[in-house]
Amino acid sequence: MMDENALKPSRLILPLRLSGLEPLVIDSHSNFVNVGERCNVTGSRKFLRLIQERKMEEAVDVAREQVANGAQILDVNMDEGMIDGKEAMIQFLNLIMAEPDIARIPVMVDSSKWEIIEAGLKCLQGKGVVNSLSLKEGEEIFISQATKVQQYGAALIVMAFDEKGQADSYERRIEICARAYKILTEKVKFPPQDIIFDPNIFPVGTGMEEHKLNALDFFRATAWIKANLPHARVSGGVSNVSFSFRGNQQVREAMHASFLYHGIQNGMDMGIVNPSLLEVYEEVDPLLMSKVEDVILNRKEDATEELLSFAAQLGGREKKEVKEAEWRNYEVQERLKHALVKGIADFVEEDTEEARLLLSNPLEVIEGPLMAGMNVVGDLFGSGKMFLPQVVKSARVMKKAVAYLQPFLEAQKVKGKPSGAGKILMATVKGDVHDIGKNIVGVVLACNNYEIIDLGVMVPAEKILERAKEEKVDIIGLSGLITPSLDEMVFVAKEMRRQGFTIPLLIGGATTSKAHTAVKLQPNYQEGVVHVNDASRAVTVAGQLLAAESKKGYLDEINAEYERVRVGYSNKQQKERYVSLERARKLRFPWNESEAAIQKPNFLGKKSLEVSVSEIRSFIDWSPFFLAWELYGRFPKILEDEVVGVEATKLYQDANKMLDEWEAQGSIKAKGVFGLYKAFADEKDTIHVLNENSEEFCSFLSLRQQKELPPGQFYKSLSDFIAPKSADVEDYIGAFTVTAGIGLEPIVEAFEKNHDDYSSILAKALTDRLAEAFAEYLHKEVRMKYWGYAKEEGLENEDLIKERYRGIRPAPGYPACPDHLEKKTLFDLLQVEEEIGAVLTESMAMYPTASVSGYYFAHPKSAYFALGKIDEDQLEDYTQRRKISEEQARRWLAPNLKLTE
Amino acid sequence: MTLEELAKEKVLILDGAMGTMIQRYNLTESDYRGDRFADWPSPLQGNNDLISLSQPDILKAIHKAYLEAGADLLETNTFNSNAISMADYHMEHLVTELNAEAVKLAKAAIAEYQQETENRPAFVVGSIGPTNRTASISPDVNQPGYRAVSFDDLEQVYFEQALALIQAGADALMVETVFDTLNAKAALSAIYRAFQVAQQTIPVMVSGTITDASGRTLSGQTAEAFLISLSHFPLFSIGFNCALGADQLLPYVQEISRKSNFRISAHPNAGLPNAFGQYDQGPEEMTELIKPFLDLGVVDIIGGCCGTSPDHILSIKKLADTVGKRREQKTEMDHAL
Repeated sequence: MMDENALKPSRLILPLRLSGLEPLVIDSHSNFVNVGERCNVTGSRKFLRLIQERKMEEAVDVAREQVANGAQILDVNMDEGMIDGKEAMIQFLNLIMAEPDIARIPVMVDSSKWEIIEAGLKCLQGKGVVNSLSLKEGEEIFISQATKVQQYGAALIVMAFDEKGQADSYERRIEICARAYKILTEKVKFPPQDIIFDPNIFPVGTGMEEHKLNALDFFRATAWIKANLPHARVSGGVSNVSFSFRGNQQVREAMHASFLYHGIQNGMDMGIVNPSLLEVYEEVDPLLMSKVEDVILNRKEDATEELLSFAAQLGGREKKEVKEAEWRNYEVQERLKHALVKGIADFVEEDTEEARLLLSNPLEVIEGPLMAGMNVVGDLFGSGKMFLPQVVKSARVMKKAVAYLQPFLEAQKVKGKPSGAGKILMATVKGDVHDIGKNIVGVVLACNNYEIIDLGVMVPAEKILERAKEEKVDIIGLSGLITPSLDEMVFVAKEMRRQGFTIPLLIGGATTSKAHTAVKLQPNYQEGVVHVNDASRAVTVAGQLLAAESKKGYLDEINAEYERVRVGYSNKQQKERYVSLERARKLRFPWNESEAAIQKPNFLGKKSLEVSVSEIRSFIDWSPFFLAWELYGRFPKILEDEVVGVEATKLYQDANKMLDEWEAQGSIKAKGVFGLYKAFADEKDTIHVLNENSEEFCSFLSLRQQKELPPGQFYKSLSDFIAPKSADVEDYIGAFTVTAGIGLEPIVEAFEKNHDDYSSILAKALTDRLAEAFAEYLHKEVRMKYWGYAKEEGLENEDLIKERYRGIRPAPGYPACPDHLEKKTLFDLLQVEEEIGAVLTESMAMYPTASVSGYYFAHPKSAYFALGKIDEDQLEDYTQRRKISEEQARRWLAPNLKLTE
Repeated sequence: MTLEELAKEKVLILDGAMGTMIQRYNLTESDYRGDRFADWPSPLQGNNDLISLSQPDILKAIHKAYLEAGADLLETNTFNSNAISMADYHMEHLVTELNAEAVKLAKAAIAEYQQETENRPAFVVGSIGPTNRTASISPDVNQPGYRAVSFDDLEQVYFEQALALIQAGADALMVETVFDTLNAKAALSAIYRAFQVAQQTIPVMVSGTITDASGRTLSGQTAEAFLISLSHFPLFSIGFNCALGADQLLPYVQEISRKSNFRISAHPNAGLPNAFGQYDQGPEEMTELIKPFLDLGVVDIIGGCCGTSPDHILSIKKLADTVGKRREQKTEMDHAL
């Protein structure tokens, strides 16, 4: 039967949470926490020597070894008169922070100088421990320093030390700890779980009477603290206890084991120990342990003497280091791989040398075992099994190996290929710190006789290009791992074009891709942009690009490949977002009367006219004409263009000759019809066209943008430029159709009979331009005369081409109103066939082809826009408005329908 | 109503991406410059924080769009408004003005929204980005002990920004996209000092960034280590944002939610970027992935980072309205035998 009284109420203890790269949570379930003590210049002569001689890699190894041996917190102490403690602390902490296998555990910043403690805390991203503060210099300083410790986010060891000195008895220990606890929790508001007391571990077995109780007093004080100062922890420097047995490791280990055993029994939570010199309590020789415990627990009057004589028999047998580096016995390739993966630089030179002797040439060492190791690193990184700081370390090992091989490579260079294959500048772009890939590529290229100028990471474009010019490099290589780097690369490419660079650009790094290079980079820089996704390819690519005989062919090949990628990409359709038709209508371009400045046309109704070629030819916009012949450039500059100028001039002369003929013979006729009507727009984007008695003639169905726009922009529809019914004002719309193709057919037939394709195409292209010119001419006439809202307008043709006038004339079938069915409404309204003889085909194409039709909008804010794609809800709405089947609607609007997967 | 009071009532909705929205305007170099910086000697395109001064209407329109979508918290356009990041544009001396104007615009957007649309509480959160330097990582592979910036330098830079945000009237601060926890610690030290100078305290939020599948920050910390390293400050909330999509972020948010007494925030990206650095996740798709955050009750504050838009926030807000489950506050006690 269970005695309920035997169940003590459980006591709540807040966990002490610390962190390095990984968490260390010390709660009531935690075992004793080992704090590694060897990185201490006062406690380790070896460590002091390494720091003094600035052998930092070896000093870092002291830390690594302790972590590998099980230290859970790393104590670092640089309090030594011969060194600059603050600088040493900063330097050493920064170094071990770069070692993920060390930095994973929290750091204990150990110093008696506040200045060093504070400097140390400023190097720690994790939550460390301060070792230590005390009341030695009074309450005021204690409070101010503890407050800062809390602000830096560290736990705190408080030593049992006050104004009167160090506590050396049970009573003094608990008196000082109790006082410090009260100050910390009440005045500083220090979290009690972050307080750790060090009630002073002093040596026993010194032969001095007053030292006999040192261990026992510590144990009793520990038990008292744990019982009376809620959530606080107890720690101590364990090695102190065996101070008088220096030189006899076996005895010392036994003493530590015993001390820890009893300390832990009394509630000791953590201790500063040498984790590789920890003996398991049960494994200590029982006879030795009993002698040791006589001393620790002060069980016998002559315990110390007995232990001393027993120790003398044992001698100073040193224990073997735990975990002898087993990997050193692997094959050399495996050793290199291990060193790379683990980021261990210690043996890499000797291993590299061994590999070099084994393989036929130094390059093979790089391309073989070293690259193999880096591939493993890459794989582990890619799969999330390694993280960045580790990879950076691996890269460092790699660099060291390559640096070692460098002289051998140089020597070979002299023997082998002529040196100086080319100069390559490499950089990780601005905003990005990743450079492993870049470094590897640099290394591989350097091994192939290229001279590498590496600008490092986060390099702004201007610096890259400046150096490229200074150094007269042959290739620029850009690298980046994070997404924004992609844009930065685009910027560099644009800058290269702007500054007139002619050297190739290589692109590499994890987020880069052939697709991005093809779509975003290559169009911005035509002198050669190549995506190089692995180091091994870099050599081939650089070789192809720098050899005069292969460069053009290679670039053509690359460009053709990228062109294919671009086409594939544009076909793939970006995923776009759409707003609902309802929302789009709500966010329409807002119409208001004062802005609309409505003016009643001087003429309402319909009118047809015929013009001569001479009247309209001055309105021709020649640039699209040249474009039709695939000659790119603006008119009239194109006539002087270096490349196409001669051809363009000839074409221009021929065109004018043909126009002269038409003008003289009157063989081409230009006819047009237009109408101006009352109109209003309804809520559903339909424009109602009225006769003079305000009866409805017809209605134009406009469509509304739905592709998501940034806030503050409007979802436009042509109907927005007409007064809404709700405004209750009279507004107007116009419509027109012109053709310049009447009489073209016999002319073309005659050319074709003579197999004169050139003239035939020229004639067709010219009538197209004439139709457009007619439309421009008529629009001007309407603005100035028939509608008359722009009587004062006096624009040159260049201004007309650039559409610097009020109002627009969008054409059905074009971006603002892509619905070709509108042409039918328009043709019916204007009775186009009767008036000018132009007709619509079944597929709503105009014949003669050299025809233009459209609406006139006079709203001063009216502007051309592209409808873009519309969503299903608008399709449904349109189907109802157009009164056709959904199938028909889908067919007519197909190019503007959102793709549905 | 205070931010704390509102937080008791509901899962707070944080706004979405600023950069993504600005991108949609396709601003040119001259747009970025505006009249005031027309003759500035260095290129300014891409200096998104500058639009607080050169294109205030665009910024206000974006803020209002997020309010219309249902955001309770608007982040100021000050992610890079610190002396280190601004040095790229030789604009270090504008830090105070950039931060003050950004707060002013966000507050104006709220005031207009409350007047025009709906009088509900909304708050301005001063965004404090990580700067482009890391205090824990050497930028030079060959000198692992080297640091491009010191804690003290960072502290001073953050202090200037935090003080400007506080004095301009920000309702809260968010130290966000923390890729190096030491930078964030410097920021918190600076904020503490700014509070003393301004003689005023406002809620402080922290949001870290888990870089990739390793589950670590760029500086190598695990989610829990990150949480522990910053728990010394009385935070209003802690959480994660950026780098990952909602589904990838969930486990880390769950972890800190389980282990922290602070409110928990999450504002993931709209998925992972495609080959062009664009984000493909639409509002519905992202909301579907946000759902477990609310179903499991692991967050108190939810929003969006890169690639998110007002539509995303609207969709997330609608979901949050329907999922009533709130995060339970943890007690940090554990039992000792």
